[in-house]
Amino acid sequence: MMPQSPAEVRTTYARAIVQLSSVDKRNRWRVRLEERLVRSFLFLCAVLGVVTTFAIVFILTRESLTFFKHVSLREFLTGTVWAPTFAEKSYGVLPLVTGTLLTTLIAMAVSGPVGLLTAVYLSEYASPRVRRVLKPTLEVLAGIPTVVYGYFALTFLTPLLQRFIPALEGFNALSAGIVMGIMILPTVASLSEDALYAVPNSLRHASLALGATRFQTVWGVVVPAAMSGISAAFLLGISRAVGETMIVAIAAGQQPNFTFNPLRAIETMTAYIVRITMGDTPHGSVEYQTIFAVGLLLFLITLGLNLASEFIRQRYKGARL
Amino acid sequence: MIRVESRPEWRMREYRREQLFQLVGALIVLFALTTLVVLLTTVLLDGYARLLDIKFFTNFPSRRAEEAGIKAALVGSAYLLLLTAAIAIPIGVGAAIYLEEFAKRNWFTRLVEINITNLAGVPSVIYGLLGLQVFVRTLHMDRSLLAGACTMALLALPVIITAAREGLRTVPNSLRYGSLALGATKWQTVRYTVLPVAMPSILTGVILALSRVIGETAPLLVIGAVVYIGTLPDSLFAPFTVLPVQIYNWTTRPQHAFQENAAAGIIVLLLLLLTINATAIYLRNRYQKRLPL
Repeated sequence: MMPQSPAEVRTTYARAIVQLSSVDKRNRWRVRLEERLVRSFLFLCAVLGVVTTFAIVFILTRESLTFFKHVSLREFLTGTVWAPTFAEKSYGVLPLVTGTLLTTLIAMAVSGPVGLLTAVYLSEYASPRVRRVLKPTLEVLAGIPTVVYGYFALTFLTPLLQRFIPALEGFNALSAGIVMGIMILPTVASLSEDALYAVPNSLRHASLALGATRFQTVWGVVVPAAMSGISAAFLLGISRAVGETMIVAIAAGQQPNFTFNPLRAIETMTAYIVRITMGDTPHGSVEYQTIFAVGLLLFLITLGLNLASEFIRQRYKGARL
Repeated sequence: MIRVESRPEWRMREYRREQLFQLVGALIVLFALTTLVVLLTTVLLDGYARLLDIKFFTNFPSRRAEEAGIKAALVGSAYLLLLTAAIAIPIGVGAAIYLEEFAKRNWFTRLVEINITNLAGVPSVIYGLLGLQVFVRTLHMDRSLLAGACTMALLALPVIITAAREGLRTVPNSLRYGSLALGATKWQTVRYTVLPVAMPSILTGVILALSRVIGETAPLLVIGAVVYIGTLPDSLFAPFTVLPVQIYNWTTRPQHAFQENAAAGIIVLLLLLLTINATAIYLRNRYQKRLPL
């Protein structure tokens, strides 16, 4: 059991010693064997992460290749009609890409400014009392399952917005995007706050000593100094918005329209994957293989965003002003 | 550029800007809070009526909204969580122990670490595609509870590993040196000294990581958790459904009555999450009091 007091820590030690004293010469090979076996097992556990990555890349590539035997890469990447399940088939992925882009842009339009302001407010202005309310609120928002956000977007936000925008369709990119912005707000806010928090106080003091106001200090000194960390937070937020599935599958409609009109129904890459796997499209058909091609594209986009975010963070970690 | 002005009207403007930003801050707090309150109220108002009906908890899904219940989904979620935990905790904690206690600092360890960071950022729906090909097809697990748990375990691993590593890092090195100086091997040190001390904080992190599994929907939809299920899963290879999948299905129905069911399901899901998180926080607080060892 867990040691509770110094006395119990000593008991733990005592137990270890008893265990060790049993290690006489005859038993030594057994201890060594155990050490070896355990070490190998632990090593395998750690390697599983690498295996998973390779498995993802391998499977997505292999299955996409059978798709690209039937459809040229050019048609896939530049076509503007996505209709793999229609009688007249068309495999242009752009409608799914613009759908993803549109919801992501709306989400960032919400979570970018609000997230940054929240971070600045939390790190530079808020009294301990406000922090005690705001931080747990953000944590709760971060913990709510995305299917719940989807329900919220479809049954609450869309009808609400329709009162002000009559042209808004029942399924639309706008309310899905806004709710997605609320979903990634905690990510953006807390990572940005970490970046602001890491700015040394000497910079703040120097600025204030020169006679700058708090507002000037925050926006002229602290935020620029933390810019790398803030951009990393934004990139991670974008990546999460691109990969988000349930909100868009529920509230954005599942129609691959090639449009940038936020009032219309659209389909994102993620929502498409869900629609096909849930439907009755026969396995192995070209239509079915599309999900892996779309999955590969999605994987590459999010990987690029994550790597860029990580790179910025690593690069500027040491190089504080 | 910062311009410091001493003219009174400029100072007044700066002062007003300061006031304005305080107001903006307050509005933001209000925004976050309001969103949360509105979200919870909507769900509660929509769903509480269904919760009063005991049949909602004891019935299987049905074509008729007022007959439909979450029994299969609730039991499926519980089984899936336990099975996922059984798979992911040993592997995740094992990987964390390897990386923290055994691994040398070389290129391979770096590779593993970069991998884990990146896996944490892979969209969950991609894990669904992985599970579909590897577990459902190649290993012929079909659309079973086991395939679901394996997929969810892969999804939860990066988070569990990170949480467990943080737990291990809280153990002071003096304890390790003490054990090693007594002649214990590395594994004996880990097993008899490090793990017992680190266990509570590892457990807290792991529970929080697993609570994400309860709410995940997309990968399970992709590998094919079924919605209409008339029996409880009786083996690892039985088909299953879980609470979020059931909620998704009800939400996407056009009839309003089903959306009430969805709201009621959401309340149950949120209460479940609350319980799990409260347990984790309780463990953390108990542990924090003991920190001065």
